[in-house]
Amino acid sequence: MDTNTIIKVENLTRKFNGLTAVDGISFEVKKGEIFGFLGPNGAGKTTTINMLCTLLRPTSGTAEVACCDIIKDPNRVRREIGIIFQDPSLDDRLTAEDNLRFHGYLYHMKISDINQRIPEVLNLVELYDRRKDFVKKFSGGMKRRLEIARGLLHHPKLLFLDEPTLGLDPQTRAHIWDYILKMRKETGLSIFMTTHYMQEAEVCDRIAIMDHGHIVDLDSPEGLKKKHGEDTLEKVFLKITGREIRTQAGESSWTQWMRRS
Amino acid sequence: MGDIWAIYILWFRDIKRYWYDKPRIFASLGQPILFLFVLGTALSPSFKGPGGINFSEFIFPGIISMTVLFTSIFSAISIVWDREFGFLKEVLVAPVSRWSIVTGKALGGSTVALFQGTLMLILAPLVGVRLTPLSVIGSLIVMFIIGLAMNSLGIVIAARMKEMEGFQMVVNFLIMPLFFMSGALFPMNNLPAWLAVLNRLDPLTYGVDLLRAVILGLNSFPVALSLGVILGFMLLMFAIAVFEFNLSE
Repeated sequence: MDTNTIIKVENLTRKFNGLTAVDGISFEVKKGEIFGFLGPNGAGKTTTINMLCTLLRPTSGTAEVACCDIIKDPNRVRREIGIIFQDPSLDDRLTAEDNLRFHGYLYHMKISDINQRIPEVLNLVELYDRRKDFVKKFSGGMKRRLEIARGLLHHPKLLFLDEPTLGLDPQTRAHIWDYILKMRKETGLSIFMTTHYMQEAEVCDRIAIMDHGHIVDLDSPEGLKKKHGEDTLEKVFLKITGREIRTQAGESSWTQWMRRS
Repeated sequence: MGDIWAIYILWFRDIKRYWYDKPRIFASLGQPILFLFVLGTALSPSFKGPGGINFSEFIFPGIISMTVLFTSIFSAISIVWDREFGFLKEVLVAPVSRWSIVTGKALGGSTVALFQGTLMLILAPLVGVRLTPLSVIGSLIVMFIIGLAMNSLGIVIAARMKEMEGFQMVVNFLIMPLFFMSGALFPMNNLPAWLAVLNRLDPLTYGVDLLRAVILGLNSFPVALSLGVILGFMLLMFAIAVFEFNLSE
């Protein structure tokens, strides 16, 4: 992999019981880039993320993420990436600090590093004062902020954000983007994200639009608008993917897999 | 080396959650205490144990095994819980080998069961059982082994379960026969053939017999045999659990 690339995907395919959720996609993400993944529900975005972050084995094809091959060396990939899942993934019977400490140990961090890093990331997401509170008591927005703090705790090179601001109020959304962009500025973090909010997609350096398991277009936001002769990303998106409402086939297959595992 | 820390923190999380949930600690002692004092007292007059021990004393090790069995199997529900609430993803995506996830979980559940069993062991003077430092150490070791074996069985079930209700159903289906056939409440010698067979097939039998050997000096099977069977069962369940977790990769 050349040194300026953080993700290199080749012919990645995933099938669930005959249904092809991701169909031979290939693309590259450069270091330091914010790479957006847009597409209707069921287009295969979450399945792709789950393969890239080693939760799901590809049916065929492969990818290199951060340093290594996702199939041959999943543990080294896991160490270099941070993930904020679409659905909550905190232990709400533990405190905010407990959750972070747990994460630090799982990611083989030194205890001195954990102790130094916990206040740093909690301050970043403005939750330091609530560190001793049980996560149960947190609002949806606070949980999300804590997940972002957790995703950044172990100094990842690459952050996966799967609809990071879903269901949050505009204030929290704005703050979450402030944190993420601040982190990127300070550390040169690369970001791979999916979203349904087109204003958020504007911050991306490049966007891939996915539909029916294929990448149907890939360009910068400006490039996409120019190419399709539209003035907003929303219009470009609807032009490419149509106006029809989709079923959530891809995502439900993923849920099925999680439940079987 | 990193795996050691992962095992430690998975274990520690279970201990912490147990500690934060104090009402549960006491609530789950209710049932064994009922068995011990109500059943023990009521049946004592009609029971003549070897060496003149009464029924309460006789079932004391069995009731401790019951506490350990219930606590350790049900501890594995946290895996189903974590899957339902998404936390399992945080663990599965961490740079941690699958066997260390199973080890951390198994150690956590069996330590919690060990605590619960120890709380029951403290009641020994109330049933007239005299403990010595050696019998206490022996009991702790046996309780931990039973806990590890039964918690691994719980993990094997939990690894395949989608919902908590399903887990509870399967466990309830298993736990009562495991408990009743184990000889926790009756002497294992002179059983009718059909019951003797079931009794010998139940892995918990050997745990109960070991604990009875350690606490009361009574045993129906050689200690080495009991130890071998329960450890063998533990390793088998552990191996199946690791295999199931590896499948999900």
